[in-house]
Amino acid sequence: MSEDNQGDLWEVFIQPKPGRPHKHAGSLHAYDKEMAMKSARDLYTRRQEGVGIWIVKAEEIISSQPDDSESFFDPANDKIYRHPTFYKLPEGAKHI
Amino acid sequence: MNTNLYTYCLRLADNGLILSHRIAEYCSAGPQLEEDLAITNVGLDLLGQAESFLKYAAEIKGGGITEDDLAYKRKEKDFLCVHLTEIPNFDYAYIMARQFLMDAFNFYLYSKLVNSKDDIIAGISAKAIKEVTYHLSRSSDWIVRLGQGTQESHQRIQTAFDELWMFTDELFESDEIEKSLEKEGIGVDSSTLKKDWQMKINEVFSLAGINVPKIEKHSLQYGKFGLHTEYLGYLLAEMQHIPLLYPDAKW
Repeated sequence: MSEDNQGDLWEVFIQPKPGRPHKHAGSLHAYDKEMAMKSARDLYTRRQEGVGIWIVKAEEIISSQPDDSESFFDPANDKIYRHPTFYKLPEGAKHI
Repeated sequence: MNTNLYTYCLRLADNGLILSHRIAEYCSAGPQLEEDLAITNVGLDLLGQAESFLKYAAEIKGGGITEDDLAYKRKEKDFLCVHLTEIPNFDYAYIMARQFLMDAFNFYLYSKLVNSKDDIIAGISAKAIKEVTYHLSRSSDWIVRLGQGTQESHQRIQTAFDELWMFTDELFESDEIEKSLEKEGIGVDSSTLKKDWQMKINEVFSLAGINVPKIEKHSLQYGKFGLHTEYLGYLLAEMQHIPLLYPDAKW
């Protein structure tokens, strides 16, 4: 077998409990949606890790580029006023 | 001892035990990592079902024997698995064809056994049917995927079914034990499962573009009556090797 014929790469997201957000669990190779779903079940939920599965083709994910890090993320570094802890709450304020 | 029930439990157990051992032989040799783990999961499910039935059989037999005694200390002629479970892993097409034929059989079998008047058989079956429903869905997918895949995958899966077809006859072979247990509402007469099984096979084969082979009786002797293919002895030699060498080993 010279070429890689293990199918497309898919990313798997597992929901640990009802109502909780799906979290990235890992990836897998599969030829079609059905196989991706069954392989995800077999690979990532065999130890009761979850009650829900989302799968997306890796190529469909739009990802930020490491080269963009400076312009994307660094500008947030000195904006501490964006954190709620920056502000002093008036005494007696409730439910904030 | 209830001999009929004991024999029946061994038949149920041995189908799972021997097929699970065949699958275990394939562990780490799957066509890809995902499939390797997936089919091993199926094998472990089958082993769990077999263990439950062997435990029950040991209880029926009494005298302090355990499920391990039944798995590791019985001789070839005392095993009651069907020939289909004994067939070696010739290639991936054979593995999936064998699995699909057994999954479909197990699905209709456990669908009925969940209603058994025997609480233990009903209980084991209630757990098993969930597992087997998944197994059947999984192997059905693979039959269609291989049948509709490349020219080579199509030809290989068709060849596997052509070669394995003669072993399907035994699945529906019945005897007095099954008939009497069916009458009591405890077991299932295997011959009653054929119609549903055949319909499922036809449905998946038609999706996969696979021809249903013509059935030929291959033998007057069947594994479920204790007469086996030449393959089983070698399988048991390997499966029972450690317990025979170290009979009292604990782990």
